[in-house]
Amino acid sequence: MTNFRSHLYFLLLGAIALIILPYFISSRFYIDVLTLIFFTAYLGQSWNILGGYAGQFSFGGVMFFGTGAYVSSILLTTFGFPPIFGIFLAIMGGALLGLIVGYMSFRSGLKGSYFALITLAFAELLRVLANSVEFTGGGVGLFLTYAPGLSNLQFETPVGFYYFALVLMFISIAIVYWLESSRFGAQLVAIRENEDAAEALGINTLKCKIYAIMIMGAMGGAAGTFYSQKYLYLDPPIAYSIHLSVEMLLVTIVGGMGTIFGPLVGAFVLHTVNEVARHFIDTPGLSLIVYGLILIVIIGYLPNGLIGAFKKKEKKSGSTSLDKKTSRGDS
Amino acid sequence: MLNVSNVTKRFGGLVAVSSVDLEVNEKEIVSLIGPNGAGKTTLFAMVAGFLKADEGRVDFENASVLGMRPHQICQLGMVRTFQITQPFAGLTTLQNIMVGAYSNTSETDRARTKAEEVAEVVGMTSLLHQGADGLTVAGRKRLELARALATDPKLLLLDEVMAGLNPAEIDDIVTVIKGIRDRGVTIFLIEHVMKAVMNLSDRTYVLNDGKLIASGTPASVAENPQVIEAYLGHGAAEAMAEGA
Repeated sequence: MTNFRSHLYFLLLGAIALIILPYFISSRFYIDVLTLIFFTAYLGQSWNILGGYAGQFSFGGVMFFGTGAYVSSILLTTFGFPPIFGIFLAIMGGALLGLIVGYMSFRSGLKGSYFALITLAFAELLRVLANSVEFTGGGVGLFLTYAPGLSNLQFETPVGFYYFALVLMFISIAIVYWLESSRFGAQLVAIRENEDAAEALGINTLKCKIYAIMIMGAMGGAAGTFYSQKYLYLDPPIAYSIHLSVEMLLVTIVGGMGTIFGPLVGAFVLHTVNEVARHFIDTPGLSLIVYGLILIVIIGYLPNGLIGAFKKKEKKSGSTSLDKKTSRGDS
Repeated sequence: MLNVSNVTKRFGGLVAVSSVDLEVNEKEIVSLIGPNGAGKTTLFAMVAGFLKADEGRVDFENASVLGMRPHQICQLGMVRTFQITQPFAGLTTLQNIMVGAYSNTSETDRARTKAEEVAEVVGMTSLLHQGADGLTVAGRKRLELARALATDPKLLLLDEVMAGLNPAEIDDIVTVIKGIRDRGVTIFLIEHVMKAVMNLSDRTYVLNDGKLIASGTPASVAENPQVIEAYLGHGAAEAMAEGA
């Protein structure tokens, strides 16, 4: 029990630190970098639920983000529907898309690289579709008006968006925290570890996988609203960029798949490395090479991510945190 | 309790299981034996919903389970183990068993209590916090049994839970299986270890080349000439009779 308590105190302290941090940082640049870290960590967490916990690697996670962004933005530009409510429709839109994609691909038994490819195909399909229909503004894109206010989910200062992103990230961590100790989470992990055995033990694997992709979709939808309200512009290459699909899986893999803090750690490390490399290296393009090299080292030598490497050390000096978690009831 | 009638499975031109009829009654331990490749595991897979039978009926408690998915059959109270053990390798023993226990409760604490209870029944209490990937063969077989048992089945389908175990380990697991039956669970098992088959089963079915060739008490089946030939080759029964 003491273990769990200290764990919780530690979490609470970290959360408070992040909440009061903006009062100590005057630089707009750092606030923006942190906002971006939280945003990527949030998206990484959405990928983590389906990829890290349920073991279904998607390569088109951006489709939920883009769809959510279009839902709330179109509602705002065409009907003047306030984004503070629009974000919930974006969430529903993302979940619905998750239901459709999940049903179609899991129903037909797609796994592994086939599932990754079909999600990539869906994202590309939506990008082309968004380009060719009228109500998305097509290739010209959508311009949103700048009108700060809570009902528009727009803020006068970067600190406002910092808190917006922080809240999203806290929610995502809460979701995964719940997964770790719930039946649904255990069922997802069972599916990841061995789908046949999971099915034999009474788990409706199809339903669980569809729920997982719907959660991912719902989370991605909210991220879309965040993005479009912050940057006030949306076009198909932004909404459905492969780059973002890759980024959400990258931060999770680097940080540690199937862990609560993997996406956050990965997002923090990768963004920091990226910024530092850009800051200290003047030759154009060289910073990207350094960034790439560090990625290769992390993925090559730490197959379980940074958190995995840390856990291994802990295991050597005692029990794993996984053990502690499951045995906390009787300790 | 379980009624299999006229079940057939073909893989292309090969008839893996050919119009098999059998039944398992409540509180019985029934075994299914036969040489390698006889179709035993295929039959199990059809009963548990992993394979679709081409012909015939499978009824569990007087209702057809044909066409149901494995998880639905498990919820009805019939659960299988795998011949090639399928542990959730990245999880601990406790977490593995809890996955089974979760089929009857959504509460984590209850699932944990149930898992600990089951671990005691199969003798895995000391291994609860060990990773499943670090278990010995005997440990993995027990884990298969424990996970299945944690779903609170009425009928347990055990696919070679003794293969690869040494004699002492076999004696242990025979005791465990008897204990499970005494708790009111019906057991249908595939087994190669004859000593265990003799010791455990009330009745035995013998499958060869996809067809049932004998059934009855273990002792009568072991003396059946057709069964001896299936195992030892054509003419073996006569040779043995002459030798004796």
